[in-house]
Formats: sequence, C-alpha cells, structure tokens
Amino acid sequence: MSTRLANGGRLLNTDRPLNFTFNGKQMRGYAGDTLASALLANGQMMVGRSFKYHRPRGLVASGAEEPNGLVNLGSEGKFEPNARVTTTELFEGLKAESQNHWPSLEFDVGAINAKLSRFLPAGFYYKMFMYPQAAWKHVYEPIIRKSAGLGKAPQARDDDTYEHFYAFCDVLVIGGGVAGLTAARTAARAGAQVMLVEQTEHWGGRAPVDGGSIDGKPVDNFVEEILSELKSLDNVQLRTRTMGAGVYDHGYVTCYERLRDHAPDTPGPRHRLWRVRAAHVVTATGALERPLSFAGNDIPGVMLASAMRDYVVNYGVSTGDRTVVVTNNDNAYLTAISLKHAGLDVPAILDTRALPQDSELVAQARALGIRILMGHAISSVKGTKRVTGVAICSQAGEGAVLEEIPCDAVAMSGGWSPVVHLWSHCGGKLVWNAEKACFSPDVDNPPKGADGMGFVTTAGSASGVFALDDVLCDAHAAGDGVATTLDFKLPKGDSAPKATRREEAPLMPVWMMPQGASVKLREKAWLDYQNDVKVSDVRLAAQEGFVSVEHTKRYTTLGMATDQGKLSNINGLATLAGALDTDIPSVGTTTFRPPYHPIAMAAIGGEARGDVFQPIRRTPLHNWHEANGAEFEPVGQWRRPYAFKRAGESTHDAVMREVKNTREKLGLLDASTLGKLLVKGPDAGRFLDMLYTNMMSTLKPGKCRYGLMCSENGFLIDDGVVARIDEDTWLCHTTTGGADSIHAHMEEWLQTEWWDWKVHVANLTEQYAQVAVVGPNARTALENLGGMDVSREALGFMEWTDGTLGGFPVRVYRISFSGELSYEIAVEASHGQAFWDALMAVGADLGVMPYGTECLHILRAEKGFIMIGDETDGTVIPQDLGLHWALSKKKDDYLGKRAQARSHMADPNRWKLVGLETVDGSTLPDGAYAVGAGTNENGQRNMIGRVTSTYHSPTLDRGIAMGLVLHGPDRMGEVIDFPGTDGKTYQARIVDPVFYDKEGEKQNV
Amino acid sequence: MLNIHCPNCGVTAEETEFHAHGEAHLTRFGPGASDDDFESYLFMRANPKGVHFERWRHQNGCGKWFHMARCTMTLEIFGTYSAQTTEPPQDILDRIRARRPDWNPHP
Repeated sequence: MSTRLANGGRLLNTDRPLNFTFNGKQMRGYAGDTLASALLANGQMMVGRSFKYHRPRGLVASGAEEPNGLVNLGSEGKFEPNARVTTTELFEGLKAESQNHWPSLEFDVGAINAKLSRFLPAGFYYKMFMYPQAAWKHVYEPIIRKSAGLGKAPQARDDDTYEHFYAFCDVLVIGGGVAGLTAARTAARAGAQVMLVEQTEHWGGRAPVDGGSIDGKPVDNFVEEILSELKSLDNVQLRTRTMGAGVYDHGYVTCYERLRDHAPDTPGPRHRLWRVRAAHVVTATGALERPLSFAGNDIPGVMLASAMRDYVVNYGVSTGDRTVVVTNNDNAYLTAISLKHAGLDVPAILDTRALPQDSELVAQARALGIRILMGHAISSVKGTKRVTGVAICSQAGEGAVLEEIPCDAVAMSGGWSPVVHLWSHCGGKLVWNAEKACFSPDVDNPPKGADGMGFVTTAGSASGVFALDDVLCDAHAAGDGVATTLDFKLPKGDSAPKATRREEAPLMPVWMMPQGASVKLREKAWLDYQNDVKVSDVRLAAQEGFVSVEHTKRYTTLGMATDQGKLSNINGLATLAGALDTDIPSVGTTTFRPPYHPIAMAAIGGEARGDVFQPIRRTPLHNWHEANGAEFEPVGQWRRPYAFKRAGESTHDAVMREVKNTREKLGLLDASTLGKLLVKGPDAGRFLDMLYTNMMSTLKPGKCRYGLMCSENGFLIDDGVVARIDEDTWLCHTTTGGADSIHAHMEEWLQTEWWDWKVHVANLTEQYAQVAVVGPNARTALENLGGMDVSREALGFMEWTDGTLGGFPVRVYRISFSGELSYEIAVEASHGQAFWDALMAVGADLGVMPYGTECLHILRAEKGFIMIGDETDGTVIPQDLGLHWALSKKKDDYLGKRAQARSHMADPNRWKLVGLETVDGSTLPDGAYAVGAGTNENGQRNMIGRVTSTYHSPTLDRGIAMGLVLHGPDRMGEVIDFPGTDGKTYQARIVDPVFYDKEGEKQNV
Repeated sequence: MLNIHCPNCGVTAEETEFHAHGEAHLTRFGPGASDDDFESYLFMRANPKGVHFERWRHQNGCGKWFHMARCTMTLEIFGTYSAQTTEPPQDILDRIRARRPDWNPHP
C-alpha cells in the first residue's frame, strides 16, 4: 500500500487539509499536494487503464512526463479531460474520474484485449481491418472509436475565460530550478531585462530533493536567497505555474500560465498564453529519468526512482513498504537512501553494472545495510493490479530466475535524458553523448534568429550536465554568455555558486533488461505506457521494414500519446537501433514539436470567442436595419441585410415582396458597403487605363462608366462604376468584398511597378453612407425631398452631380444595377441615418420599402447583370461572360491583356455565359452541372456547363438562371439536362441572359 | 514567427503584421511578349534553398511594400529595402556576401 508517512513533505501544509473525490470516493489530502501525491497518500496506486490492452496502470512519474495518470476533472462547464494528476494541484472539492475503462477502474471488460495481445501487435489496425472494405465504416471504426481514446470530449460550453499577454524581454529563462535561477540572476546582475518562468508552483526544481549544499548552505536556503534577490530587482519578472510551451522563429516563445487551475473559485481568466519576443532564450528545463525495459515494468507499483524520491521528500508519501531499486547508475541510490531514512524497507538494489562500485552513494547505501546486487536485473515483475515481488536474474543473461524477492514497489532508473524539446523546436541540433547515454544539445548548431546567430542557450541539466556543481557552473556561464552577447556586462568578480561535489560512477547503458531477454519477456516490457507500445512492437516494426524512426513511430504509435514520448522515445529508438543492428545516433530522434506539454485549446483561442471572435463592420444604417426586421448575411466582415422580414412572413416571401415592390414602386438599398476608392493625380487616367479593361482616361467629368478589372492572369477580379470627378480625379466603385483587396491591388502596382507615376489612392469606403433609391417612383421621391434637379434632362443615365437633397449635401449617381430608374446617393457617413429617415418619410406615400441583398441579386439576375463571385470564380475571363464590349481595343496594354491572348484563353471551347430557363418553370439547383453525351476517361458523364446564379423571379413568376455552357451562345433554344443532388433531372432551355426589359427602357426614363 | 523591420515606417514587428508576396525583381511582360517570356514572368519562380529576394507588404501597418533578402533555410534576414528598385542595393548584397561567402546569385 502507498500511504502518508508521519514525517516529511517539504511542500505540504498539514494545517490545511483538503477534501476531494476520486471516482466518487471521498479522499483527503493537504495544501501543497498534487492530485498524484494525494491519491498515493490515500492508497490509490492504480489511476487508469492503458489505451489498447486496458491493463491496470499506476503512477510512474511525479511531473509533466507522467504517462498514466490522466483523469476527467470537474463537470459541465468546468469539465476537463486528460488532466494529468501529477501537474494538477489539489484544491478543496476537486472531483476526478479515471478514464478509459468500463464499467469500472477495478473491473474492466476491455482488459480482455490484454489476453488477445498476441493478436494485437504493432500495425494491427492496418493488418486486421483491411477487408472487407465496407466493414470499416460500419463495423470496425465505430467499435474502435468506442473502445479507444482517452478522456471524454466536453459537452458543455467552457465557463472559463482565457487571455493572451504580450511580453518583450532581453532574456527569457525557462525553468525555475537551481540552473534557471542562477542563469536568471547572472543575466539580471549584468543588467538584462529578464523574465523567468517555472511550470510548477515551486522554485528550485528537484535539486532540494536530491540534497547536497550550495555555498555551504542547504539547497532550500540557496533557493530562498536567490529568489529574494531576484524579487528585489526591477529588471526581473518571475512567473510560477507558467510553462515554456514552444520556441519559434526569431525568439518568439509561447508560455502557458495556469492562473487558477489550483483555485477554480477565484475570479479571473483561467489560463493566460504569453506571447513573448525575447532577444535570447535560456532553457533550464532540466532532465527526465528514463524507465528500464523489463517484463512487467508497467504493473502499478513500478515507478521512476526519482519520482518515488519526490513523493517521499516533497509530499511525505510512501509508494510501498518494501521497494526493490533497479538501476544502471548511481543516482537511483539516492532513492534507496531516502526510503531508508523514511523508515521504509529496501530489500535490494539491483545494479546492472558488473563491477563493484565504490562511489559515495553506493558506499552510503551499503553503510545503511542495504543488500546491493551488482550485475543483477529484473527478469519479471510479479503481480497484476499491484507489484507483489520481482524475479531477479543476471543482466548479462537471458532472464533465468535466480531468486524471487517479495516487495510491493519497484524503483527504476535507466539514466537521465536532458529535456531538449525547447532547444529543438526551432531547429537546434542534438549530439549523442555516449558516456551519459543521452542526446545533448549540439552547442555548435543552435536555433538561429533573424541575425543568423543562435538565440537559445541551455543551462544546467538541460545541457547534459547532471552533477550539482556542474549544473551551477553551466547555468552561470549561460547567463553570463547570453548577457555578453546582448552587450551587457557582468560586474567583476561575480562567479558561479559553489556546490559540494559528489563523485558518481559512470552509468551503464541498458536498453533491454536482461540483455538477452526472450520474446516472452520482451512482449511484457513496455516502452510507451500510455499508447501500449512494447519492446516487441518496435522490433516487429523494424523487422517489417520500418527502419526510419519517424515511420516506426507512426506504425507503432510510440511516443504519439499526450506525453509525447517524454519517457519512451529514447528507449524506443535505442530498441530500434538494436533491432537494426546500428548505433543510436544513426537512428536519430523524431521531431520535437511544440507545445512541450499539452495546453488547452481555449488558451490558444484566448479572448477571441463569441462577440469578439472577429471584428464586425456595420454600416451607418445597421441599427435601423436591426430594428426593422433585417435578416443579416455576412459579406466579408460586413453584415448586410439579406431581407427585411415582416411579421408572419418567411424569408422567401419577404424577398419576393421586395422585388415586386421595387419593380412597381420604390425600393431603398443600403449600398454603403460598396468600395469607394478615390484615384487622383496627373497620371490617374493612365493608371486606370492599365487597371480597367476599358478606357477610363477618356471619361468626361460628370460621367460614369462601368468597368472591369482583371488580374495579370487575365481573370476577372472586380467590376463597378467609375465616376470622373474632375480633371485628375476618379472615384472607383468596387464590389463590397473587393474594396480592400482592390485598394491593395492598386497600391501594389503603384508602389512596385509604376512607382514613378504620380497617383494617389484613398479608400473612402467608410466615409460615405450610400443609398440606392430604385423604382418607378424614385424620381418623385427625390423631387419631394427637393433641393436639386434630378430630371432626365439635368441628370441623364450614367451621369453624376453634386447637390442638396432635403437639406443634405449629396452626390447623386444616376446608375442602375436593377434595370429600374435608379439613383445612388452618397452622403457623409454621419448623415446616413438622417438621410435614410428622410427618404423613408417622403417615400411613405410612394410605397417605399427597404430591400436586402437577395432582392438585389434577383433584380440584377433578371437583367442579366453578372455578379463577381457568382458568375466569376477566379477562372473566368470577361470574354467568357460576353463582355467583349468592355474590353478596349484601342489600348496597347492593360492588366490581363497579354494573358487573355494565351491559347487556352482564346479556346473556342471555353464555357460561355447564357441564360437558362427551366422547361417547367421550376428553379434550377444552385451550382448544378449540365451533362452531355458520353463519358470521360474515369467513366463519369461529360460535363458541358454549370449554373452560376439561380433564382425564382417573382417578376416573371418562374425560375431563371445564368450559367456557363459549352458553345452556349451558339445553342440558343436548345434544352440541356442538369441532374440535381435530389435525384431529379432539371431540363433548361438556353436563352439570352437578359430576362427582363431587354431594351433597357425602364432605367432610362 | 519572423520578426520583421519595415524600411518604410521604421517599425519592427511580428510577421502577422506583414504579408509575403513571393519573388522580387520580376520583369513585367505585357502584350507583344513571347509565350516563353510571358510564362516565365507569370508562373516561373525561383525557389532557392538559401538566399532569396522577396516582396512583402506591411499589410496591417503602414500598408507599404518593400523587399526582403532572406535565407529560406535558416530564416535569417539579411535586410529589408525599398520596393522601388529593380535590383538589390549594394549594402544588402555586401551583407549577404559577409554572411554567405559561397553565395552564387545566378546558379
């Protein structure tokens, strides 16, 4: 049984007991506990079931690297799956539930998979579920989805809020252990602006657990002193519970601060994502202990030696009463010694190293009377839900059992791997350190910044130095070196803190225990606990030809779990190297990708959700629309009324009413969103002649002209009416969506190609409210407003003029996108609402109604006017749309002209614009394709056209459409077939695209 | 995320303020150009592993265009300069040569 000890627990506040539940069971811990230590203290060793075989799993680690201890935390809007018990601080009322089991943690039906493990080797998904193909969708996938996976996806909307912070500093130090503290202090003393972040709530890392002294004082005192100095410095910012998540280009680093995961009832955001731009980054991220690969190394009770030490020293928790220590190095002896000091039994230390060791820690353990067996190993661990003993053997042999030792816990240590993730994220290279059997940062190949120089430096264990005095020297040198690079200078005489030196004997690399383990043992030796990958799986992958470490990873899922292989990767690739009979460096590592440890998606989203997800653009008339039944549709970031619904009316009915009313009486459209670009300068005419396909320089002041704009590829990108204001000024109307992009397009050519042309462009889109006054009664309405002559004689079709209407200064354009008598009137944005109100008032007796974008679409479609984005899709040229009349033949050049001369553009088989009339009057489905005779090389029916716009026209009381059809204009009257997705085939006759008022008499009155 | 200096407004800012628009120093071919010249202008782009000259716009800042000399492999920025030039200025070329002595501008 694991239990709380009477003494110890340097992080505990035993005056503050806390109540929590695990799987509904009431438990008790103390302030300072993690959920992991509290579970252990309550005798809860088993914390979950494994992913594939549903084997019972206990805690293995004490920090972010823990692979097994994942729980569902909280409920409803506070629900969080896959919370790691080792990084979850205990709080009053915490509710945790274990994952991946049914019906219960203790009794799980899925555990039958373990019995079938012989049939579930690496890649079994690919092998087993290939045939029959149809079974995948209906049988295999639903079953696998149900039985696989970790936590439950949250159902309720997240109650919490999240935020982003931006920060800038000279030196960002990641990791608040003794190395990070030392590096930060050194850089700060030199004068740099320093930010120091630590992922846990405690400073000092694991050095205080491992003992020793610094500058003649216990490590805890050293940490306290250095911390109080750092706190007193103005140029230092300290953040606990803040993890360095990812290192990106040019010193961009994301840090993840968990503000109140430990105190959910306090107000404020839950997480904060720091977006830091640092001149230099110091990663003092420490090292992680590696497990050993022996049979039964996943049985609850088998734990990393360092983790077991953490639980005893930090939390006063014992993992078991009798612990066998198995190691290939000196460091694990510290665990044996700590356990002994806590009054617990250590029946044996199994040390794989053959020769007697006489280093300090070995001598200490021996002096405590612990039985030390050199050259020994674990053949297998006994027990199922809990360790009951170990069978021991020679490391050099094949696992023949020499003796069984009863015990209830096993502490294992396979050596240490520096945490190189953050070093590697942005391209830092690694070198294999054969002596310490680990990958260390290659200082000659750091991640490089904007200036081409390295911007990340490692400090302490992260550099691959593990002895306390080496760690402090390395960290001091890192702080000094970084400060010097940034032109800061450390005061003379400042040197590294001095630590007592503890000589350790070299470790012996052990990747398989025992060395010659049989297949039977290898099948029970786990590499990746969370994803259930065993030594035998990696060997099988190698045997089946997955020789690249990246392929092996994906085939076996080694290191793909939420712990990202923190414990398993090095052991896995060493196993692969062994199977391939090559050395570890030539196998290499998989790519380290951010974040270091999973972070909440909500934190990445930050404030951007709900109303502030994206900025919304509103016209000056938006509030009126809202108050008058508008149903809005997004057009870019604008919200435009789609239709104005009246009580009891469907959207469709509203649209039909608006069309009829506009054709018969008077309609008002808020056209404020249309792009309004002012182009001015001595070369403005020449410039517009290059941008538009037709001639704009010859336009007379006071006149308007419809123009087309193409990209240099020849494709139609925008259209609109251009008005010439004076000798050197033109106002270009663009589509709503095109205002910003066309402005950018103009600027691009002016700045990067014709930079010597004297032209300025200003985007005036939001400066004006623009109202289209449309319909037979339009003129009367304006006359009733009074102030200017709007007669046919004074203001002809395609003319504009400035004047006053109803006391408002206005610019009136006599243009029409509806085919009706129409005036588009621009007023200052601030007058928009008052002007609209005035129009509604004078229009009251004339049958005025506002109309929305769908009505606008129908009006223009009835007239055969194209719409950018409907008739065009980035592959359509003006010639396809029969717009030859808008292509100047007088001009030598315009953007797109050369491209339109390319052979494919001139191909007579390009689909051309026609009108389409269903034979039965119904409405063609949007986007439907027309089919012709025969099939293509894939056996599909040949396509001969498609629908680009389709509506029910209330004016004609029938379906009308436009489409692009092969040889369309030559096939007038022909009926073609459009199969719909509803199974029906629609027949439509090819007709002229102008359905209504072909002579244009209505707009020209 | 690159940290970029805009030579037009003098601001050094995050990449999200900017937008990249591909290879710089292209020569425009219009009507009358051969198919080969036009194809090369419109579609053919250098894609070097190493030194590259690019067009950028300070899209969410001053709105102005500029050019950047950058290493596509290490993301080192040798410098940014005016877009209103047909070739990289000498000081940019000097900086590239200092950092990449083996650089061959016309491989």
